[in-house]
Amino acid sequence: MTDLARSGETVVLRGRGLVGGVAEGEALVTREAISGWGGVEPRKGRVIESRHELVGQSFAGKVLVFRGAKGSSGWSGMFHMSRLMGSAPAAMVFTTMNTKIALGVVVTHVPAITDLDGDPFELIATGDLVRVDADRGELTITRRGG
Amino acid sequence: MRLADDEQAMLDGEQGEAVAAAMDLLVRYGEVLGAERLVDTDNVCGANLFGSRHSLVCGSPTPDAAFSEHSLDAPTVLTIPPVKAQSYQLIGPMDTKNWQVQGLPQAEHDEIMASEQYNAEHGIHLLTTCTPYQVGNVPLKGEHCAWMESSAVVYVNSVLGARTNVEGRESTGAAMLTGKIPYWGLHLEENRRGSHLIEVSTPVTSNRDWGLLGYWIGEQVPEEAIPVVDGITGTTPDLVRLKHFGAAAASSGGVEMYHVPGITAEARTRDEALAGRTPVETLGYGPAQRREAYEHLNATASDTSVDLVMIGCPHATLGQIRDVVRLLEGRRVHPDSELWVFTPRALRHVAEQNGYAKALEDAGALLMSDTCPAIGQFLPKGTRVIATDSAKQVHYLPAIMNVQGWFGTLAECVDAAVTGTWRGEQP
Repeated sequence: MTDLARSGETVVLRGRGLVGGVAEGEALVTREAISGWGGVEPRKGRVIESRHELVGQSFAGKVLVFRGAKGSSGWSGMFHMSRLMGSAPAAMVFTTMNTKIALGVVVTHVPAITDLDGDPFELIATGDLVRVDADRGELTITRRGG
Repeated sequence: MRLADDEQAMLDGEQGEAVAAAMDLLVRYGEVLGAERLVDTDNVCGANLFGSRHSLVCGSPTPDAAFSEHSLDAPTVLTIPPVKAQSYQLIGPMDTKNWQVQGLPQAEHDEIMASEQYNAEHGIHLLTTCTPYQVGNVPLKGEHCAWMESSAVVYVNSVLGARTNVEGRESTGAAMLTGKIPYWGLHLEENRRGSHLIEVSTPVTSNRDWGLLGYWIGEQVPEEAIPVVDGITGTTPDLVRLKHFGAAAASSGGVEMYHVPGITAEARTRDEALAGRTPVETLGYGPAQRREAYEHLNATASDTSVDLVMIGCPHATLGQIRDVVRLLEGRRVHPDSELWVFTPRALRHVAEQNGYAKALEDAGALLMSDTCPAIGQFLPKGTRVIATDSAKQVHYLPAIMNVQGWFGTLAECVDAAVTGTWRGEQP
């Protein structure tokens, strides 16, 4: 947490930018990993895994903050499809690397960041405004007021 | 990432635009992983069978367009050359023989058949199964592979000692054209040792027991864990049990490799499995844990009227097909239920020769191949409740098709098909 800077309601984290670009959006946060194929419905970008804490919610246009990828090898294919159908997340922030998430962020073509110098699950709440600058490896959180 | 000369030449376009695009994808992917280099592979299993769902979003109806977009993540439509590596088609969306049972329109059938023909022309072997290791692709210990299909990956890593990460459609598409895959994760010896110790204190014998154990472990350990399953006594698991076990652990969680000391390829002993290290965590599996897994697997089900019984996830062995035939002897599938058994295309042929396919049909059941209800997204019309002996299928099908799902033994499943009623009991 050494590099953690606070200014008012804004928190800045640094990490490893994976897929370039800058995007901003409302955060959707889960400490759980997400299943792609069989866990996500790509037309609306909805989580459908029966006992997942986000079941029924859509990540379309959101900054998806999650542990990482689990389950079927169709993970990348499902997020690839969500991009082609216009329901991909605006950006992805995750904590656990594996081949599913690595290939998934590559083919989703949205800014992605990992290896952050602070715990994103402690610092980001669903609904916060999050800006991901993957070119500079920087994530800015603006806490939702009230 | 450091590229060898032949890899740089491919990236520079020496072997054409499609190979360059494939290498570009592997470089982007390898850099996200933090891989230092690529490794040669001559054993690739991927998923390149496309129907209208895939072609509609490509902006062009040609098979080259579908392969360029979905299999290579390429920005333009490329002319795809024959594959370089030994390449195999995994399970797909359609049973080429029973496609009408799936309710597919003629046009969709024709499009998928054209896609299959395109794959054949490009040198991709048409195994069309989630279990290539049953039918002609049994990798050796230490062989570097690039496989999709989480249940097959966990099987060949653990049981056979082959080396593959869980690859995706785009990385296997690129590996087919280049013969390369990032040298990362389970390709490296030091990443294949056990991390979590599971001490089993309850008998694990039947397919159901192995499915329950796998499902529970997948829920408990983190995605990167390599569980060591110790305490299996009095029984040696077989291909079917470990197929169910691995598929379950890779569905509830992300297990890509495990060790069973004395059984699996890289674990003659518990010490070898752990490489002498202390496990990160030790977990106990007894009757309470088994009950928890059973309850989770049956969490979506409440109605006991069963519309479909599905057997063969992962695809059934000949022995499993024979077991269904025997359980059906002198009985018939209930008029309000269906019983579908799924197997690889090659084994369906043998099952026909052996008379199993006809025996199933005579009892009102059906032997299918190439696909499954979760992958193909199909059910008998009006299905509300399914039953299966597969932890994997009951994990996915209710979520994908919005139905209730029962999980139990093969005998309980066949009984449900014959009576139309679920009467399974918690172990």
